Parts: sequence; C-alpha cells; structure tokens
Amino acid sequence: MAESITVNLISGRTIQQGVAIESGKEKPSYRTACGIIEMDISDLKKLGAWKNTNVKVTSDYGSVVVKAVEATQGPHPGVAFIPMGPWANSVVSDNTYSTGMPTFKGTPVKIEIAINEPVLLGVELVQRQCGVKVG
Amino acid sequence: MTKTITDVICPFCGTLCDDIEVTVSDDGKKLLEVANACVIGTEKFLHSQSADRVTKPRLRQEDGSWKTISYEEAADYTAQALARAKKPLMYGWSSTNCEAQSVGNEIAEIAKACCDNTAAVCHGTTLIAVQDIGLPSCTLGEIKNRADRIIFWGCNPAHAHPRHMSRYSIFPRGFFTGKGQMSRKMIVVDPRCTDTAKMADVHLQVEQGRDYELLNALRVAFKGEWLPDVVAGIPAEKIREAADMMKSGRFGIIFFGMGVTQTLSKNHNIDEAIAVTKDLNEYTKFSIMPMRGHYNVTGSGEVFAWQFGFPYSVDLTRGFARYNPGDSSSIDLLKRGEVDMMFTIGSDPGAHFPIRAVRAIAKLDSVCIDPHITPTSGVSKLHVPVAFNGVECGGNCYRMDNVPIDCRKVVEPPEGMMTDLDFLTMVCTRLKKLKGAA
Repeated sequence: MAESITVNLISGRTIQQGVAIESGKEKPSYRTACGIIEMDISDLKKLGAWKNTNVKVTSDYGSVVVKAVEATQGPHPGVAFIPMGPWANSVVSDNTYSTGMPTFKGTPVKIEIAINEPVLLGVELVQRQCGVKVG
Repeated sequence: MTKTITDVICPFCGTLCDDIEVTVSDDGKKLLEVANACVIGTEKFLHSQSADRVTKPRLRQEDGSWKTISYEEAADYTAQALARAKKPLMYGWSSTNCEAQSVGNEIAEIAKACCDNTAAVCHGTTLIAVQDIGLPSCTLGEIKNRADRIIFWGCNPAHAHPRHMSRYSIFPRGFFTGKGQMSRKMIVVDPRCTDTAKMADVHLQVEQGRDYELLNALRVAFKGEWLPDVVAGIPAEKIREAADMMKSGRFGIIFFGMGVTQTLSKNHNIDEAIAVTKDLNEYTKFSIMPMRGHYNVTGSGEVFAWQFGFPYSVDLTRGFARYNPGDSSSIDLLKRGEVDMMFTIGSDPGAHFPIRAVRAIAKLDSVCIDPHITPTSGVSKLHVPVAFNGVECGGNCYRMDNVPIDCRKVVEPPEGMMTDLDFLTMVCTRLKKLKGAA
C-alpha cells in the first residue's frame, strides 16, 4: 500500500458520457458518468483504495478530485482512464507540439486517496478552476 | 392522435443514422417517443423537450448573475464584441448545419477572425496527415456491401458510435457480405480491453502511445521480413497473424479514432496508418476512414475547405486565409493569449479543452451559442440558446464518409426560439453595418 501511485492517464468517450452530455452537463448524472477514474484492480490495491473512493489526481498541468472505480474495460494495469470532460481536462497535457492537438492520451499522473474531498459538478468545476464569479 | 415521422436523421455522431422514427403530438409541438436510435441519440431527441431548458439569451452581470435579454440585444452584443476585437476566435461549428457554418464564415471574414472547428481536439491531426499523403477511402455503403476485414484502431464504436457496427461495419448482410458478421474478420487495436475489443477476432493490446511502432511492424510483417520478438507490447507472431488476416481479405477497412490522433506522434501515426493501407493494396483492396465524432464536424471541414481552402485552423486576421496548425489552432492561440474575443457555437470547449485554454476563454469577452447549459456557457459572458439542429430545424450535414445528408425538422422549437442560422444572419447584418461592409 502506497500513499500515492503514478499511472499513465488516458481519456476518451464512454456511452455513459455520451448520454450524460446530451441530458445536461449541469446535472449530477454528468458527474456520475465522467467525474470518475477507471483504474485497474491491481492499481487500486497498490494504492490501498476501496472501489468508489474519492481520489486526487495530479499532473504537471493541474489537479482534480474524482471517484476511483474499477476499470470496466480492463485489465489495463498502469493505465488509468477518465472519460472525456472537464475532470479529465483538468489534468491532461495541453502540449500540442505544433499540431494544434493537445495530448489527451498519455499524461503521467499521481493518484492519492482524498476521501474527504468532494467531486464537483461539471459546470461548477470549470467555473472554480477558471475563477468565474457566479451569482 | 400522434404522428410518426420515419427516416429521421440522428444528429449525434458522425454515423448520421437515417432510420430513426420519431413520434410527435398531433400539433407537432411535443416529441413523445424515439425508435431505432441508440441510447445517446434517443437522449438527444428527448432532451429537447426538457422543462428546465433555457429559452432566452442570458447576459452575465457584474455580480455573476444572469440577466435575460432579447435575441436582438444578444445579436447587438455579439456584433459589437466581434467588431471591437482585433483577433476574435470563432470556434465550434460541428453541431450545426452547413448553412449556418457558411454564414458564420461570412461573419469571420468581416471580423477578420480565426476560425476553427472541433477537429482541433478530434481529427485535426488526421487532416494534417491527409494533406501529407492523401487518403484512400470509400463510403460506409461500400463497407456494408463489400468489406470482410474490419480494423478498429484506437477507437471504440461500441461506446462512441453505438450503431456503427450494426449498420455498416460488422453485422449487416451486404451484397457481397451475405453472412453478415460471419463473413467478416475483426481486428481491434487498443491499449484497453474495450467493449469493442471483446468482440474482436484479434485484439492487439498495444502499449499506450506505441501505435506508430506497431503500424510500422505490420508493414514489415506484410513483406515477411524480420521482426523483433515484441513490438509495442505485442508478440511478433500475433503481429504476423494480424498481418496475414488483413492480407487474406477481399476488401478491408481501417477505422481509426482518438487513440491515434491524440497520442504522441499524432499526425505521424495517421501517416503510417495510411501507408499501411497503401501497402495492403498490393495484396488486396483496402481503405481507411476516420471515425468522426460530432455529427457535422465533417461538414464543417467541407465548408471551411470550400470557402477558405483549408479544413480547420484558419486564420483570417490579415484579410486572407492562412493555415498553420500549431500557430493558427485554437488551443495554441488561447494558450499564448493571442485572441481577444471568444465566439463559440455548436461545441463545448469549456468541457473539452485542457483547463489552461479554458482559463484563457474565461478572461475574454465571450459569446456561447448552444441549446444546452454547458461549462462553456458557464464561463461565457453571453449565452444564446438556440433550436436543436436536426430536431427543431433541418439543414445539411456530412456523414463521416463525406456523404452529405439533409437533417430533418421533427418538432417545433419553444415559442420565439431562434435557430443558429437565423441568429447568425442577424449578427452578420449588424456586423456589416458596424464595419461598413457592403
């Protein structure tokens, strides 16, 4: 059991993400679908985290709190997956290497247990990260 | 009495399914049921009916609250912001129709804007590769009728294009593929054991980010030359098995997605995938096709290319079109703080750009045209809700194989709600007056 582990983060679509973006990104269902990190069971064990524990994911580009769940499309030890959305984009590499395309797949991230920190709603997360005043 | 409308086009993904059936109320004002669509498409049609929908433009106030304004005031605000800006960025376009995109391009030309579509975070690198070496492609109909070797590389249609496999690529019984799935071999290349990979005859669980090496190894395997024992995490014998399977088909297709466009090597991954396709044509017939995401991102590329000569990342600042991804692309422009106004339509950069680029948007004068409440509307100064294209208004769209299809209107939008095209036309007229353009 470690205080934190380092994994390779990728992001992408899931069908739950697709349904959630069409049913309203301001709703809790968007958070349920995308405010998660899918981890291999062996990585969850290494971290010493129960399934469905909130974790803090940190990279050189930012950090975000998401819920750690067991990979649904595994096994993929050493690779973690956050569905595309503001949670993933809080930590992915924004380097485009002169192609215009950020490096959404393949960002090294540190994961640590953050059991008392909440996973924010989608719109709220972006507004906080950007310092937008909300009335 | 309800009415059932058949052959409706689904405005969600690039598959543009054209067999949807929608049941509406007798007066055509309520959408009641959706048949044949996937779960995402169904949600898209039904969400247009939600009671909590924003129906009037909203302008953010000093204290962060929203003030409801009229469409005329919203068009004035947008035109003035575009006229004031030295280098506005007009981004999105992939969830609206080609007619609206064309008016948008007219606005961009007057405003001397940078224009970009969602290819910026999707298949932009594919477009660069296509310009490098071309793209031997075909239509989805040809695949349904002829293809017996289907490769999904770095894409997961079971989740992202849910009816792609049932309508075109794996299950349908076509003219020369009468046994449907039985007449096809399926290879999936993905670092995860995705739900698509679970269906495959061969799954190559490539080491993440090593697609280029694996593509290169396949080219070696086609020629029967020496390979190292393991390439990109895949044993040589498995690579040879996949190579033989590809070569032995009568007609093959490589579908590829974000797994190759968004990883390191980017456009060079696609270069190599196209080279694999070229090599395979020495043994059999092979094609390659990007799995386009938004239902009309392909159309946006077509309209940009038709009007400006380039499919995305267009910079009109100097009064003529320039194209230089890395310089004129949205993420880079925002990261470098080079634009002074953000205009978003038919997309959600707030949710889908890296956070550093979103922070840049939040600091700018910004307009977001979108039927939904989104992270982009959440950081924008003005939110203009519009009718759902493909549900509440029609218009032309392009399927992922570049086939244009007219979307259909199936239900009336809420009273007084404008379409993208109507609103953009209002903005264009006002901007012309402000800029003294003819």
